[in-house]
Amino acid sequence: MYWELELILFIFLLITAYIALEAEDLLISAVMLTVFSFITALLFTTMGAVDVGFTEAVVGAGVTGILLVVAIYQTTYKTED
Amino acid sequence: MTNKSSSPIVLYGTRFLSPYIMLFGFYVIFHGHYSPGGGFQGGTLLAVSLLLIRIASGTDLAQLQFKEYLTTPLAALGVVIYFGTGLTALIMGGYFLDYEELPIPGLEPAYLRYWGILIIELGIGLTVMTVLTLIYDNMVKGEDYA
Repeated sequence: MYWELELILFIFLLITAYIALEAEDLLISAVMLTVFSFITALLFTTMGAVDVGFTEAVVGAGVTGILLVVAIYQTTYKTED
Repeated sequence: MTNKSSSPIVLYGTRFLSPYIMLFGFYVIFHGHYSPGGGFQGGTLLAVSLLLIRIASGTDLAQLQFKEYLTTPLAALGVVIYFGTGLTALIMGGYFLDYEELPIPGLEPAYLRYWGILIIELGIGLTVMTVLTLIYDNMVKGEDYA
């Protein structure tokens, strides 16, 4: 029923995952992982699991982004590989 | 976090946004029986509203909103609320977390379950909020302590 919406969300999911893997600046990777979590929450909501999607949106897109930014701030901004 | 150049726009924006996130967190906790959400999601929303002020204004200024030394005792208090409710039902003759056996006088069993679930979710929300704030404070401080 919602396969068009799910197709668009999966395409953006792959794009954000690729950018998070290939970015030189680690802050870009942290922000892209936050966007990845938010799109995952939208997918869960589309599949009917509203509670799981709510948890994913709050934890994955809220707290994890802040903790990743703090971890980057304590260590280094650039990747080695 | 110690920011190099503090921007008043970011600080006032987060000061505007933080109470509304906190209000939505309380809504999620208190409507946990009817709608999606509950103690964990509401507690995480409360923690996000605290961390937003902390990440925008620095740890020293954020002590005005929520003191750092309050985190560990409040987390322990949430765990005590959870297990106290469960063990009270166990002592009164039911199972663990059997809300029907709670010793609140003058309530029907359906309303006893209603209030029991609300008390449990308040404990869970308190623990989740304070533990997430504690993790952030320890990561910013950069040293391990008990």
